[in-house]
Amino acid sequence: MAKEVILLDFWPSMYGMRTRIALREKGVDFEYRDENLREKSPLLLQMNPVHKKIPVLIHNGKPVCESAIQVQYIDEVWPHKNPILPSDPYQRAQARFWVDFIDKKMYEAQRKVYATKGEEQETGKKEFIEILKTLESELGDKPYFGGDDFGYVDIGLIGFYTWFPGYEKFGNFSIEAECPKLIAWAKRCMQRESVAKSLPDPEKVVEFMAMLRKKFGVE
Amino acid sequence: MVERSEEVKLLGMWASPFSRRVEIALTLKGVPYEFSEQDITNKSPLLLQSNPVHKMIPVLLHNGKPISESLVILEYIDDTWQNNPILPQDPYDRAIARFWARFLDEQVYVTAMKVVGKVGEEKDAAVEATRDLLKLLEKELVGKDFLGGESLGFVDIVATLVAFWLMRTEEVVGVKVVPVEMFPEIHRWVKNLLDVDVIKKCIPPEDEHLDYIRARMESLKLKSV
Repeated sequence: MAKEVILLDFWPSMYGMRTRIALREKGVDFEYRDENLREKSPLLLQMNPVHKKIPVLIHNGKPVCESAIQVQYIDEVWPHKNPILPSDPYQRAQARFWVDFIDKKMYEAQRKVYATKGEEQETGKKEFIEILKTLESELGDKPYFGGDDFGYVDIGLIGFYTWFPGYEKFGNFSIEAECPKLIAWAKRCMQRESVAKSLPDPEKVVEFMAMLRKKFGVE
Repeated sequence: MVERSEEVKLLGMWASPFSRRVEIALTLKGVPYEFSEQDITNKSPLLLQSNPVHKMIPVLLHNGKPISESLVILEYIDDTWQNNPILPQDPYDRAIARFWARFLDEQVYVTAMKVVGKVGEEKDAAVEATRDLLKLLEKELVGKDFLGGESLGFVDIVATLVAFWLMRTEEVVGVKVVPVEMFPEIHRWVKNLLDVDVIKKCIPPEDEHLDYIRARMESLKLKSV
């Protein structure tokens, strides 16, 4: 029987992880479908004709694209359990700002860390660490970005944590040495069932990154 | 309605579509605000202090508390002043509106900027790419007066960057990026926008705007040589 909620995703995607976590936070039953990005399914192309990218959330046959938009959608459709966005408009704006920051800055910087070499990689590492330090500073001494409760910004960032061992290996540096509070935060998030169930084994992610490095001619 | 001592200040820039869209939203809701014109070549301490992460306008200061990033600001305005809603009520419709807003800012704007900033073959390619993206907007407008449906909404406010920036640059750029034969719906939509008082009030005055765009184009060309 067709499930009400289908998620078209790709297992190492830190963006797909956001949506998986959000659905699990709300206790929403969903069908997970892993896409072969070299041979995208007709359903993916039909549901996201503009970008042809995962993740795509399909709810009762209607697609929602973009992970940050999906998480907000999930919070609005299933509002009662484990609220994701804060109820106060100012806090909500801050949460949106930081997820937007992650969306604008993380991708390029992290890509340079593991998928380039030489000077480009060194520049990438500097940018990446600066971004993490900015986030760590925003976290401060709070248990989660939103304060006492796990929420939108935590969901927005935690997926990248499974890529950290890979960044460290291929970038030859220690993220924990640079950002110990952020690592402590990540481990705290991993204790949550929704997160633990939604994130892949970091060793598998390292293997995947190694494969990409070969593909980009960096290995 | 609760009486509160409101202090709303917008750090903005008269020619920026991102700054103007915030003004449209505030004006639509009847929120009185103080506009503070910022010199982005010589950023004020207030701007740097209010948006230390990006150091960019617009920044909305509400009772002294800063909100940055125009799309975040628009949602904040809608969450705080609930009259004349900008975003739809239904979660699915909201998701679609948010999708188009991002599309406009991340794809259309970025590609359209290349039309202004490049010359020759690169410029032609940018024109083509911009048109391909706008065809999607054209489709969205069929049977609708506004992108938001019957009345002005979130996506229309964001899309003013097409109506009053991209389309205005055509004169200066010397290429009709959005010709009426190819984009009749978009042209119809622009006319609908110009009928809305709030829009008329909040867009930059045309002549000064064109002069400004001309000057910016020249400086961009000089940079790429």
